[in-house]
Amino acid sequence: MSELTLTVMRLGFLAVLWLFVIVAVQVIRSDLFGTRVTQRGSRRDASRPQQAARQTTPPPQRQQQAAPPSGGGGGGRQRRGAPTKLVVSEGTLTGTTVALQGQTITLGRAHDSTIVLDDDYASSRHARIYPDRDGQWIVEDLGSTNGTYLDRSRLTTPTPVPLGAPIRIGKTVIELRK
Amino acid sequence: MSSSTNTPTHHTSTIGSIGTPSRRNTELALLVFAVLIPVFAYANVGLAIDGTVPAGLLSYGLGLGLIAGVGHLGVRKFAPYADPLLLPLATLLNGLGLVMIWRLDQSKLLQSLPNFAQAAPRQLMYTALGIGLFVAVLIFLKDHRVLQRYTYISMFAALVLLLLPLVPGLGANIYGAKIWISIPGLGTLQPGEFAKIILAVFFAGYLMVKRDALALASRRFMGLYLPRGRDLGPILVVWFVSILILVFETDLGTSLLFFGMFVIMLYVATERTSWIVFGLLMSAAGAVGVASFEPHIQTRVQAWLNPLHEYKLSQAGTHDGILHSEQAMQALWAFGSGGTLGTGWGQGHSELIRFAANSDFILASFGEELGLAGIMAILVIYGLIAERGIRTALAARDPFGKLLAVGLSGGFALQVFVVAGGVMGLIPLTGMTMPFVAYGGSSVIANWALMGILIRISDTARRPAPAPAPSPDAEMTQVVRP
Repeated sequence: MSELTLTVMRLGFLAVLWLFVIVAVQVIRSDLFGTRVTQRGSRRDASRPQQAARQTTPPPQRQQQAAPPSGGGGGGRQRRGAPTKLVVSEGTLTGTTVALQGQTITLGRAHDSTIVLDDDYASSRHARIYPDRDGQWIVEDLGSTNGTYLDRSRLTTPTPVPLGAPIRIGKTVIELRK
Repeated sequence: MSSSTNTPTHHTSTIGSIGTPSRRNTELALLVFAVLIPVFAYANVGLAIDGTVPAGLLSYGLGLGLIAGVGHLGVRKFAPYADPLLLPLATLLNGLGLVMIWRLDQSKLLQSLPNFAQAAPRQLMYTALGIGLFVAVLIFLKDHRVLQRYTYISMFAALVLLLLPLVPGLGANIYGAKIWISIPGLGTLQPGEFAKIILAVFFAGYLMVKRDALALASRRFMGLYLPRGRDLGPILVVWFVSILILVFETDLGTSLLFFGMFVIMLYVATERTSWIVFGLLMSAAGAVGVASFEPHIQTRVQAWLNPLHEYKLSQAGTHDGILHSEQAMQALWAFGSGGTLGTGWGQGHSELIRFAANSDFILASFGEELGLAGIMAILVIYGLIAERGIRTALAARDPFGKLLAVGLSGGFALQVFVVAGGVMGLIPLTGMTMPFVAYGGSSVIANWALMGILIRISDTARRPAPAPAPSPDAEMTQVVRP
């Protein structure tokens, strides 16, 4: 057997051995299961006509809510300084964001809420946040047990939400951001 | 995560739990890879020694493939959610060990030794027996928690197994260490390898019950939690037994393995660093104490400190009542002549280590023929097995399974460390075997049984939870009281 062949086989064997180790480590990497954060949808397919269609035909799970004021929602986004997303800044869901596209956002422990709160102090249907005709975002308490707080004051009526003002529900704090 | 933002129609990020897939096909693919690598090595040995592809290639490949296939089918049938890596990693190590043993069988020098016998066919038979025991464990051990019932019986069984080599007429003294028993007509058996598994069961069952007392009843002193005097009892008993093993069986490795395994499990059970400090101090004191009067241990320490001197004494045929060991130096030379990339399969001269080249010193044979690169790969594979064991312990839902998985994989890792450290000259040499790789029936069979238990625990741990979580809608809202 020629020297060259044996050298090639020797190096080839080591390469194959290490390849196995690398494949095994890759399997471990793919094996780190637990929770996965997936970005749903994308900016491209979120054109306004689709949003409008969704507004007019709400999905069945949200039919128990009062119909949100529609139509003006889209116009509001063009205003300067209008919020574009809702961010959870405190609580178990910290870091979760929801893009604001003129839809009503419901908050509560109920499974069909837009943001399902894992918070013992939240009611099943706790509050909702929706845009009014001018595109101003309004927060409304839905008769919750422990109340919804904007800044430090407990909400009694639907109230406009300023940019960056903390909305507190139980241990969860959310705010609107640009 | 029970909470998620629940709007598929909007731009939002969703946090959801991923169902654990069974990963059986990943295991199969890796297993095919793990069988092909040793077949490649086998062909390489034949080409290097005789210049032709060896005649036994097909039967060897089929044999290893059959063994791996039986193991895989057993896992697929009886432990479908088990870890996908444990079986392929163990199969690869076993296959490489078989090739190295076969390659040493081809050596003219070893064939000329008086009591030479082909070791590879026997090792293949042991591997088949081992995989048989592996599948039997999967079939008959439906739930590892059953083992918890036998906590104190297993303590008794382990002590009996450890003491068996001391029984006159049954024990066999081979090369100075009394860790074998000879069964007439069957050959020798190393009961310590099986005692390792059984002791892990005892430690897990015992510590699960006592860990609160051991962890919480303690005083704080200089940043360490000092346990109460009466809680020191168990560790003292285990320490004393391991010292007894060291004195009467003159086997440093087994003694170190049992004490180390207990300390690892004690640490995991109680989260107290002080146990590790105590364990290290006690094992150091015990080892130094015994080494001061036990000649067999002294020769091992001498061979560790001055390997070249011992080698010269051995070559010169010095007879001063002490058996001088040449092997420690030979192993270092083997590693040295291997260099970074090795000499290649079949082109080294590891047979110069004589009879131990395929058992205690097989790592040196690998070091010579595969070099540093190959040894590192083999050690990483051992590390991955230990990692998967610890990972299984993390994922296990019951404390007994957690402790048992930690004990088994910790003991496995400790054994690899003790053997590799001994062969490489980091610690004094011990008479233990490299799991799966070294020649020896007890070792291979016992380690396959160990794999079976680990796979059983990991199957239980990774199985999707049966009952769905209770709906948060049904829970009462807590009221904030001002």
